[in-house]
Amino acid sequence: MGRKKESEVSSTDIDMTPMIDMTFQLITFFMFVMNFSEAEQDDRIQLPSSQLAKPVEGAMESPITLQLTNKGSIVYAGEEVAVADIGAYLEREKTVMLESGKEPNAATVIVRADGRSKTGEVQKIIQTCQEKGFERFALRAQYDEGQ
Amino acid sequence: MARRESKLADKIAIDMTPMIDVVFQLMSFFMCTLKVVTPEGDFNVRMPMAAAAAAAPDDQQVPPVRVKLSAGADGSLASIAMNGSAIADFEELRRKVISLVGADTGPNSLAEKTEVELDCDYSLKYANVVRAITAVSGKVQGGQIVELIKKIKFTPPKKGGS
Repeated sequence: MGRKKESEVSSTDIDMTPMIDMTFQLITFFMFVMNFSEAEQDDRIQLPSSQLAKPVEGAMESPITLQLTNKGSIVYAGEEVAVADIGAYLEREKTVMLESGKEPNAATVIVRADGRSKTGEVQKIIQTCQEKGFERFALRAQYDEGQ
Repeated sequence: MARRESKLADKIAIDMTPMIDVVFQLMSFFMCTLKVVTPEGDFNVRMPMAAAAAAAPDDQQVPPVRVKLSAGADGSLASIAMNGSAIADFEELRRKVISLVGADTGPNSLAEKTEVELDCDYSLKYANVVRAITAVSGKVQGGQIVELIKKIKFTPPKKGGS
C-alpha cells in the first residue's frame, strides 16, 4: 500500500497550472471568435463579391432577410419557398409590422441573392416587396479585399 | 515548515481530472463549431413604388443615367450600354460616370442628385448587377472609398424568361 501511494503522489507532481491557463485562454478565444449573429448565413448561397460592400455597422431596424438560391427558390426563415409564393410571407411580415405600430417602409429587406441567380428573379422579389409597402432594400454582397 | 507542507499536500489532493475533461470538451466544441465567416456588406437601395416616385417632379431633378445590361444565352454579360452608347467594361462605365457627374461628391452635388437606372435582362446573372452597382456607386482610392452615385433603382422586371 505504501508503494501505491508513492506512485500516486508522483503522478500529481506534474504542474497542471500552465496547461489549464492555456486551455482557458483557448476557450475564451474560440468563444469570442464564434458569433451567433451570422446565423443567417447559408451554405446554399454564394454571394457576389464587391470591393464597396462595406461591412454592416450596427443592427438594422426590423430586418427581413430573403435569400435567393441559384435554383430560383427563396430561403426565408429556414424554409425554401418559391419566388411566386413569397408574397404571402411578406404579407405576414407586414401584419406583424403594423401590429407593432410601424409602417412597412421602416423595415429593411436584406436580399442575399446568389451571384449565379437570375436578375429577373431578384427584381421580382423587389417588386413583390414594393407591392407590400417595403421600400428599403439592402443588396448584400461579400466584401472583397481588393483586386 | 511541517504545517506548510501539509497545506501543500491538501492543494494537490484536489482531483483535476473532471475539470480538465470538461475544459477539453468545451475547447473541442468551440473549435469544431468555429466557422470562418467572410465579411459581408450591403448596398442600401431605397426603392418606393414607381408611381409614388413619379408623382414628385422636381425642377432640380437630373435625368437618370440609364445603364443597360444585356445577357447572353447562358446568363453571362453580353454588353453594357450607358444612355444608349455601348461600353466595353465596368471600368469604362465608372470612368464615364465620373466624367458625367464630376469628382465632387459632397452634399447637394451632381453626384448626389443623379440617379442610376439599371435595366437588366431577366436571365442575367445577378453577380453582374452587383458589379455594375459597384462601378457606379464608388471607387477605392488609396484604401479609401470614394462614393459616387447613391441612388440606384431598377427598371420594372421584364415579363417572360424561364
